[in-house]
Amino acid sequence: MEKKHFFDTPGNLKKFLKVFFASLIALIVIDPFIHKHPYFAFEGYPSFYATFGFVACVVLVLAAKYILRPLIKRKEGYYD
Amino acid sequence: MINAVAPAAIFIIGAPIISFLKGRVKSAYLLLLPVLASISLLSMHEGVYWTVNFLGYELIFGRVDKLSLAFGYIFALVSFISVLYSLRVKDDGQHIAGFIYAGSAQGVVFSGDFLTLFLFWEIMAFSAAYLIWASKTEASRGAGLRYLLVHIAGGLCLLAGITLHYHDTGSLVFSFIGLDGPASYLILLGFGINAAFPIFHSWLPDAYPESTFSGTVFLSAFTTKSAVYVLARGFPGTEMLIWIGAAMTAFPIFYAVIENNLRRVLSYSLINQVGFMVVGIGIGTTLSLNGTVAHAFCHILYKALLFMSMGAVLHQTGKINATDLGGLYKTMPLTTIFCIVGAASISGFPLTNGFVSKSMIVSASGVEGLIPVWFALVFASAGVFHHSGIKIPFFAFFSHDSGIRTKEPPINMLLAMGIAAFLCIFIGVFPGFLYSILPYPVDYVPYTAAHVIDQLQLLFFSALAFSLLMLSGIYPAEIRAINLDTDWFYRKGAKAFLWLVNRPIVRFEYNVVGEAYEFMVIKPVMKIAGILRSFDIKVVDGAVNGIGRLTVAWSAVMRVVQSGKIHDYAFIMSAGICAVVILILLL
Repeated sequence: MEKKHFFDTPGNLKKFLKVFFASLIALIVIDPFIHKHPYFAFEGYPSFYATFGFVACVVLVLAAKYILRPLIKRKEGYYD
Repeated sequence: MINAVAPAAIFIIGAPIISFLKGRVKSAYLLLLPVLASISLLSMHEGVYWTVNFLGYELIFGRVDKLSLAFGYIFALVSFISVLYSLRVKDDGQHIAGFIYAGSAQGVVFSGDFLTLFLFWEIMAFSAAYLIWASKTEASRGAGLRYLLVHIAGGLCLLAGITLHYHDTGSLVFSFIGLDGPASYLILLGFGINAAFPIFHSWLPDAYPESTFSGTVFLSAFTTKSAVYVLARGFPGTEMLIWIGAAMTAFPIFYAVIENNLRRVLSYSLINQVGFMVVGIGIGTTLSLNGTVAHAFCHILYKALLFMSMGAVLHQTGKINATDLGGLYKTMPLTTIFCIVGAASISGFPLTNGFVSKSMIVSASGVEGLIPVWFALVFASAGVFHHSGIKIPFFAFFSHDSGIRTKEPPINMLLAMGIAAFLCIFIGVFPGFLYSILPYPVDYVPYTAAHVIDQLQLLFFSALAFSLLMLSGIYPAEIRAINLDTDWFYRKGAKAFLWLVNRPIVRFEYNVVGEAYEFMVIKPVMKIAGILRSFDIKVVDGAVNGIGRLTVAWSAVMRVVQSGKIHDYAFIMSAGICAVVILILLL
């Protein structure tokens, strides 16, 4: 019998995700109390970076999946 | 003078000796060369050394200043790490090519004139092509050949630029060039091909994933970063580079999201990271140029670390596609940890070296008020976390369990990864060491509360996007496929050329040229031949046949005469004598 690994126990994945979500909330809550020194006005909005990071990645994945992939995907032996 | 020996000479002259050594002596020798080069570098002082007069030109092998030293240090350091990683490789050719490659990169960095630069530039291209071919697969043969062709083309652009530059200025000294006139554009293009500028970039994701598990670690360090060095030397403050660099940071991440081969994902993220450096060169302030050098230094470490971890996966499992991997954390926990350190560094997590270097360039764009560039860089920072930071470790070591059970790679590979991982964190925690070797004095503070929180928000919410897209099934499944890139133009272009040769040109040749030939040459020749033939039949043959027939007819007549009877012959002879006598009497 193979030994159990960290993510083989379902509870561990849940714990991992809980810590992850907790840190997300912590980052949002702490944000207004930090003294920012933005280069641009919009950069100083509360949680600008969180919003930008999330939106940017969703846009990135959707664009790669629905625009780029249909255009450039070919069979593995395409060049042979 | 200085007592130091040129690091390029240590590597290049030391390389062939490898083939005479065996066992532990060879291992020791392999590790000794980068150490000697490092000692030599540390004892060098700013100035100009090792000048050689060659056909009236002054070749400068040692222009030593803070810019060249910084690149020299990191090149020697990554040489040591790469050599340690590839210590058990049996193929001496790979070691020799690796050393010549590393040595010529040092040569590029310290060359003070264009001829020396060009010499080492070309040696780099050939030794790198050897490292690609070293995997001895069908794919690597093609990719290596394409690599070499692209770099020879780039080298020719550079040479043309150098020639024009010499014609314009009468000098071969390599210093600030700036964009003015065709010579500078040609030199920029020659440099840019090695730096993987957009459109000219596809040699990189084409070739790097095809090299051996250890060859790619060498490749990831030298070609693009020596190009960054020469750009920083020749074109600081060239505005065009800001936009080229911004494009380089942004477009590869789309490719990286849908790419299946994990070393190709890393190749795309390499372009993305070099993009940051090119932006820094384009901005051209002391902050941004410091950022470029710092980022090159850090990038070489974490990119080598990431390629080593994927090389270890390839070495242990023989597989590198995301579709074939997963669950390896169970049997390769150390490699997993090293990979995560590399992934965190490339993403710029606080306390890693990526954080203290990348942020300098992003800040420099903010200071200059370049809003679109700043957006591109922040977008690219989020994107690189998404594909290199999460995708690489996730698909190789976690994700669905592929069922592969293997073990950790040999100790030398673990050590090499461990050293790189340690340095990534060490520099992240103590950036002062890195900042002290930068070209300009540094008054940049990376660790402010705002900066740390901003960066953490960016990364964690990118991770949130990844998790949600993954859980909802929207995240694009890894697919075994080829994704077209600009190498399509010369790969299909070569095929199109062959098709053109085989089909239309041959057809044209057959139909038009052949037809014309038939009409203008063959037909007249045939006609003349016909005439000659009928002449032959009627005249020559006729004459021959006529003679034959005459002979036969005569023979028939003669046969009558030749009766074989003595009295007949006697009659004919007497008749003949009579005829002769009469003839004589008549005349």
